[in-house]
Amino acid sequence: MSITIDQISKTFGRFQALKDVSLEIPEGKLTALLGPSGSGKTTLLRIIAGLESSDSGRILFGGDDVSNLHVRDRNIGFVFQHYALFRHLTVAENIAFGLESLPRKQRPTKSEIRQRVAKLLEMIQLPQLAGRYPAQLSGGQKQRVALARALATQPRILLLDEPFGALDAKVRKDLRRWLRALHDEFHFTSIFVTHDQEEALELSDQVVVMSQGQVEQVNEPTDLYARPESRFVFDFLGHVNVVSGVVKHHKLVQGDAWVSLPGQKSDQEAQLYLRPHEVHLARAPAIHARLPLRIEAISLIGSEVRIELVPVGWNSDEIWEVGMSHNEFARHNPSRGELWYAVPDIGHLFVADSAQPRSVDWAYTTAANASNM
Amino acid sequence: MSAPAQVSAAPARRFSGRSKRVLPGFGLSLGISLFFVSLVLLLPLSGLVVETSGMTWDQFWFTITDPRVVESYKVTLWTALAASLFNGVFGLLLAWVLVRYDFPGKRILDAFVDLPFALPTAVAGITLATLFAQNGWYGQWLAKLGIEVAFTPLGIVVAMAFTSIPFVVRTVQPVLEELSPADEEAAVSLGASDGRVFRKVIFPSLWPALVTGIALSFTRSLGEFGAIIFIAGNTPYVSEVTSLMVFIRLQEYDYAAASAIASVVLLASLVLLFSINLWQGRYLRRLEGR
Amino acid sequence: MAAEHHRVGDQPWVRRLLIGTAVLVSLVLLVIPVVVIFFQALSAGWSTFTGNVLDQFTLHAIGLTLLVAALTVPLNLIFGTALAWAVTRFRFPGRKLLVTLIDIPFAVSPVIAGLLYLLLYGRNGWLGGWLATHDVQLMFAWPGIVMVTVFVTCPFVARELIPLMQQQGSEEEEAGVVLGASGWRIFRKITLPNIKWALIYGVVLTNARAVGEFGAVSVVSGNIRGETNTLPLHVELLYQDYNVVGAFASAALLATIAILTLVVKAFVEWRQSRPTILTPEKGGV
Repeated sequence: MSITIDQISKTFGRFQALKDVSLEIPEGKLTALLGPSGSGKTTLLRIIAGLESSDSGRILFGGDDVSNLHVRDRNIGFVFQHYALFRHLTVAENIAFGLESLPRKQRPTKSEIRQRVAKLLEMIQLPQLAGRYPAQLSGGQKQRVALARALATQPRILLLDEPFGALDAKVRKDLRRWLRALHDEFHFTSIFVTHDQEEALELSDQVVVMSQGQVEQVNEPTDLYARPESRFVFDFLGHVNVVSGVVKHHKLVQGDAWVSLPGQKSDQEAQLYLRPHEVHLARAPAIHARLPLRIEAISLIGSEVRIELVPVGWNSDEIWEVGMSHNEFARHNPSRGELWYAVPDIGHLFVADSAQPRSVDWAYTTAANASNM
Repeated sequence: MSAPAQVSAAPARRFSGRSKRVLPGFGLSLGISLFFVSLVLLLPLSGLVVETSGMTWDQFWFTITDPRVVESYKVTLWTALAASLFNGVFGLLLAWVLVRYDFPGKRILDAFVDLPFALPTAVAGITLATLFAQNGWYGQWLAKLGIEVAFTPLGIVVAMAFTSIPFVVRTVQPVLEELSPADEEAAVSLGASDGRVFRKVIFPSLWPALVTGIALSFTRSLGEFGAIIFIAGNTPYVSEVTSLMVFIRLQEYDYAAASAIASVVLLASLVLLFSINLWQGRYLRRLEGR
Repeated sequence: MAAEHHRVGDQPWVRRLLIGTAVLVSLVLLVIPVVVIFFQALSAGWSTFTGNVLDQFTLHAIGLTLLVAALTVPLNLIFGTALAWAVTRFRFPGRKLLVTLIDIPFAVSPVIAGLLYLLLYGRNGWLGGWLATHDVQLMFAWPGIVMVTVFVTCPFVARELIPLMQQQGSEEEEAGVVLGASGWRIFRKITLPNIKWALIYGVVLTNARAVGEFGAVSVVSGNIRGETNTLPLHVELLYQDYNVVGAFASAALLATIAILTLVVKAFVEWRQSRPTILTPEKGGV
């Protein structure tokens, strides 16, 4: 069942939580609402569920307006951030709760309910814990019980509020994989809220990035990472290296640093955004850029060596990060304190008066120059 | 509009307004609450307003400034103040001991702190009167020291202190429990003396609760009646409290005078109550950053 | 020496001094008075005590007191629960005022509480006058006693529930709504088990105060022996008659209820702290 969010606004007192949000959630897909705290993502999820009412706008499920339908009748599954398991009911009773709450005509018989609960316990791989109380479960177990409880009435829409927020890293990874598998098997329309970009990119089919009550960008995870449409998305998704300066004679200049920008108008303030993998390091400046940096730290853990650098003779608000394969690292053996030059391959230029970036590709120039490294 | 009718069980209820509530029972619970508050609490207050507004200002002023009544204000105020200050000291000690130390009988002592709330005031009154009477268990010893408690204002202090001690203990206790040991250990490790650490580290986070407890204890003491009348001796101009003055006027069927005096006491208690609530709200906000 | 003591007041002599003082003052102020009650009640022997308790006026006072409690407790149970639900589960204008208003009975002197009711419902009161013309007498009769007792005890249940329900939050109830449960089912299956012990303690406190209320009741009762005399009023009456042993016999009954109240409270606190003692199972996510 697809979900349409149509011009939803919501204020809490003087704080505007959502500003005229419109969004299309495709059927059978797993969508992530990603944003920092206060971006309105949880409010939006609660409005979709019907746990919160909007000031204006409509919510449609599969084309039907449900804005005025009570939560109880929306037939959704909802997993709360802190699970909200009923602490005085056992695991089995928790899972059975929704089935037992159905109107008498639709309610399965006692033995059918018992079977359904047994099957759900099987699915979450916890059949041995049927008689336990929530206080006796670990965080990951609680999370699974909460999911089973939400799925018991076979909703066509599943909403999850920060589903892995309260778990430690290892458990979180396992559960993520498990949720993905579960989703692929049952194909309900799911939306989950998260502030963890890695989680959003890894788990979802579609990511909705939110900021200050508005949707910044909607895209598939790969596209989102490759083509951020705003500074905010750039900053929020992964690390980014920034050269901030003024364009003069087709060059972005700041202190001792410059990057050539063929065809760019002069006397504009501009910022060049570079992902760690869009830059490589060289012992000497390239033809199209001179970005002197000193190596501050080297991190060898992981599939790639991560090198942290600070600008020399110019400024950057944040530390620079450049990735390097272990092979290359062995070959060039950079060490802390050395002066290196960053050579951009692809970049994204934000000019003062435009919100959207312009992509810059120096591929030819670098190719012509025959790589330094 | 505001409340989903939780009684009806029709599937797919629709709501016309946007201000629908998610949880059921808003109308029902608020309705019961408002009905009850109006009928039980507010309506009777109107009786007092009607009665006092029937008096002229001169009559009213004459009644509430009658020398015997004024003397009762004084007695009530200073005894309530003495009792709540005593409770401030002893309540703090009791809370401290219950939170900080382990000793045999601690749980029983903890349970006994609430006794004054559970024991009927009349029972407390006759018991204290018996204990402090000249031939009582305490009275005979105190008599040797030349101290008379029963049938003097001192008896009023004892009765007030007894009935209101739990207020201080129970407001201070949770704050003491939540005090972080780390601050204290840090101060002690820096070589500060115990007295200094108490003054500089513990007391600053404790005093708002202590003041609240003392204020609650004071408010309760102002209105106390049952425990006092048995031990006070009720001598006019000496050991009559104001609530007894109201009672006496009532027994004389002088409802107007009773109402006038009552309105003074009531106003004082309500002002106290609202100030405590405001003050508590403010300092809680500051503490919890709400 | 300095290395051993980490927290203020941990030195042995300070501990002993403080514990000693606290225990001593508590004995004098709290424990011995209770002992005295039973000591006095039994001072003329067991048979005198039972005789005092089984005296017809005492029995009548017990009956009336039980009636008052039996009517007061359910009323305040409903009110307290409804109020706690309204103020902890919803936001609405005037919510804070409502919470403050229910504290009024704590701040108002019981004598004044009685007076308020007498002024309104008494023969000269604006409502009482109308009632009198219809031959309804509330004051100086048992209904009046019930009314002032309801007033005096109405904060207890709500005061116990509000902090607890605030702290528990409404997520569990919301989960219940999402799962399609009706209001009554949510209350019975989710809320009630969560607040059960606080509710019981609220009821016990309400009961203790309803049974023991003196000031307010003495204003509206008229103290008619064998008719409108509750147990605390009976205690006063006997005491004023210089029947001290008789007074303490009735006082002992009331003190027993008080002690039972404390026992229930200790039990409730123990129950409420129990779920946290359960250790979560280790292993498997």
